[in-house]
Amino acid sequence: MAPCHSGQDGRCDSQSIIKDHPITKTATKPKSTSEGLPKCTTGIQGLDEITGGGLPQGRPTLVCGGTGCGKTLLGIEFLVRGATLHNEPGVFLAFEETAEELAQNVRSLGFDLDDLIEKKMLSVDYIHIERNEIEETGEYDLEGLFIRLGYAIDSIGAKRVVLDTLETLFSGLSNVATLRAELRRLFRWLKDKGVTAIITAERGNGTFTRHGLEEYVSDCVLLLDHRVEGQISTRRLRIVKYRGSPHGTNEFPFLIDDGGISVFPITSLQLQHQVSSERISTGVPALDAMLGGQGVYRGSSVLLSGTAGVGKTSLACHAADACCRRGERCLYIAFEESEAQLFRNMRSIGMDLEPWMKKDLLRFHAARPTMNGLEMHLASIHKQVEAFQPHLVIVDPITNFISAGTGPETCSMMMRLVDYLKSRQITTLLTNLNHVSGTLEQTELDISSLIDTWLLLRDLELNGERNRGLYILKSRGMAHSNQIREFLLTDRGVQLTEVYLGPDGVLTGSARLAQEAKEKATAVQRSMEIGRKRGELARRQQALEAQIAVLQLQFQTDKEEMERDITCEQDYLEKLAQGRHEMALSRKADSNGTLVLPKKGRK
Amino acid sequence: MKDHQERKDGQAKTKVVDQTSVQHSNEHVILRLYIAGLSPRSTLAVERIRSICSRYLVGRYELTVIDLFLQPELARQAQIVVAPTLVKQAPLPKRLFVGDMADEKKILLGLNIVA
Repeated sequence: MAPCHSGQDGRCDSQSIIKDHPITKTATKPKSTSEGLPKCTTGIQGLDEITGGGLPQGRPTLVCGGTGCGKTLLGIEFLVRGATLHNEPGVFLAFEETAEELAQNVRSLGFDLDDLIEKKMLSVDYIHIERNEIEETGEYDLEGLFIRLGYAIDSIGAKRVVLDTLETLFSGLSNVATLRAELRRLFRWLKDKGVTAIITAERGNGTFTRHGLEEYVSDCVLLLDHRVEGQISTRRLRIVKYRGSPHGTNEFPFLIDDGGISVFPITSLQLQHQVSSERISTGVPALDAMLGGQGVYRGSSVLLSGTAGVGKTSLACHAADACCRRGERCLYIAFEESEAQLFRNMRSIGMDLEPWMKKDLLRFHAARPTMNGLEMHLASIHKQVEAFQPHLVIVDPITNFISAGTGPETCSMMMRLVDYLKSRQITTLLTNLNHVSGTLEQTELDISSLIDTWLLLRDLELNGERNRGLYILKSRGMAHSNQIREFLLTDRGVQLTEVYLGPDGVLTGSARLAQEAKEKATAVQRSMEIGRKRGELARRQQALEAQIAVLQLQFQTDKEEMERDITCEQDYLEKLAQGRHEMALSRKADSNGTLVLPKKGRK
Repeated sequence: MKDHQERKDGQAKTKVVDQTSVQHSNEHVILRLYIAGLSPRSTLAVERIRSICSRYLVGRYELTVIDLFLQPELARQAQIVVAPTLVKQAPLPKRLFVGDMADEKKILLGLNIVA
């Protein structure tokens, strides 16, 4: 029996392939080049990032996971992206769904398989094995499968292959030993074909796959998981192994929405986002003044935390208002209030946000946190941000995310959100509801380390009333006030006033007002006292001056009188001297006789 | 060397009609045997099926041997995964026999030749 089909055209390759692969052939270990493994970009959002460039080129990758975790979709998207983005045709070998069903199922994700099939970029082959139709009558192999796959690959020049779900063979055929040997041969064959393959497998009990396929596919194993915690499901992807390549080892959440699969790296692998030194106003001048006089940095993350009813939303709305006033776009993600309610409430403090909405500077995204899982929230925020390109994103409040996931999950989600927004230079304002029982300087999500500027709003209870106080817990990269300001919600918006700091401590609210009134009264009293003293002084001066005038008058009188007496006496003495002279003259006394004025004659 | 010749032209048909043999039923049996190349397993399967047909189905069967290497597109049409595979197209229900056809009893049962 001579091989008679050797001369046939176009069949030589498939023939040689099969000849080269006796069942007994053992798989050789893959050689990884020192320059790094060549990788095949999947085109699936986020997956290439965590695998460091994609799946190993020309090698099979095992994707395992439970029912409904997205294995088939991952495979389909791998092929569709390959065909549309990288111009690499692909073969989909479906064991579970017919080509029509498959096309129908992924049409909702915007994948048009029929179109790709028509363009010869995709080949879908449905492999049907019905156990009750099959009688096993001796030794067999899977050559039929090899031929079908080889034919499909060759007919369109496929670079990518997806086998979904190969393990169905185990339910159709009973000779496990043969199947195992054949599958080993299949993987080897795929490698030699040089196609990048995804093999999906159902997760087994305690093992990655039900039939231990991971033993054969040793290059790359991805594990998909779909867990429900607290009634909310989250999909996760983990790279179990990736020979010859560094990779993220964490569980990365992913989601399936109308754009296909998106894998979200928990933390972006780099911390290299650009920073701006531009400052933007918070919308409250007094708060800007506290923040070094200029407000917060553009692209920074701001956290407003506080207990219920301290005015977090009002302050956030101020920031939104200020943002729109600058002509910038603001995305407001509200988890507690509808936009209509928010508009009404803000009007009560003299702020009208509706015009911004009409100018499309402000957009609302109001949803209940429990509507979706965390990843869905994150994705919808991503989507909104991509569509709207806002300058400011407000999430009010982040605390509600806890109800959509566990603490650590929420924390990682917030981290990714903040990272994402920061990397896009979008200022983030988050509000956090603190519970009275907890420590104020701690958020429930433990995201404080992500935050650049943290404003704490707190209740100050005094004298049977509750007032609001605001202070800056931290603000990276700027001088900021260390003072507590009283936070007032007035009909002209939020006002910050200095608290009363006196001998009795910090006073706020009516206590501050009372203290201020008291001080005012004292001041008035004091100024009256001064006036009174001044009057008295003036009066005394007047009195004294009057007295002085009287005395002076009296003195004047005395003086005149005395002068008159003096004149009199002098006249008298003159007259007396004259008289003596005349007498001497008359007595003819010595002409040189001295005239001595009698001293006794003086008064 | 008869089967060898069949494979040479891809899809050779062997139709043997013999009215003299003993039979349980008069139904016409249409069989297709898909093989992959000239492996010992293929050869064995072809020989065994041929033998069964000539012993039990004389005059009322139609056997087609198809080499999938030469006509790979037929593998898809006929939903062939395993080689060799014998497909009983008629009478219904359609049945598949896989392997080198060593278990003759099973085949006879499946073909409704013995009860």
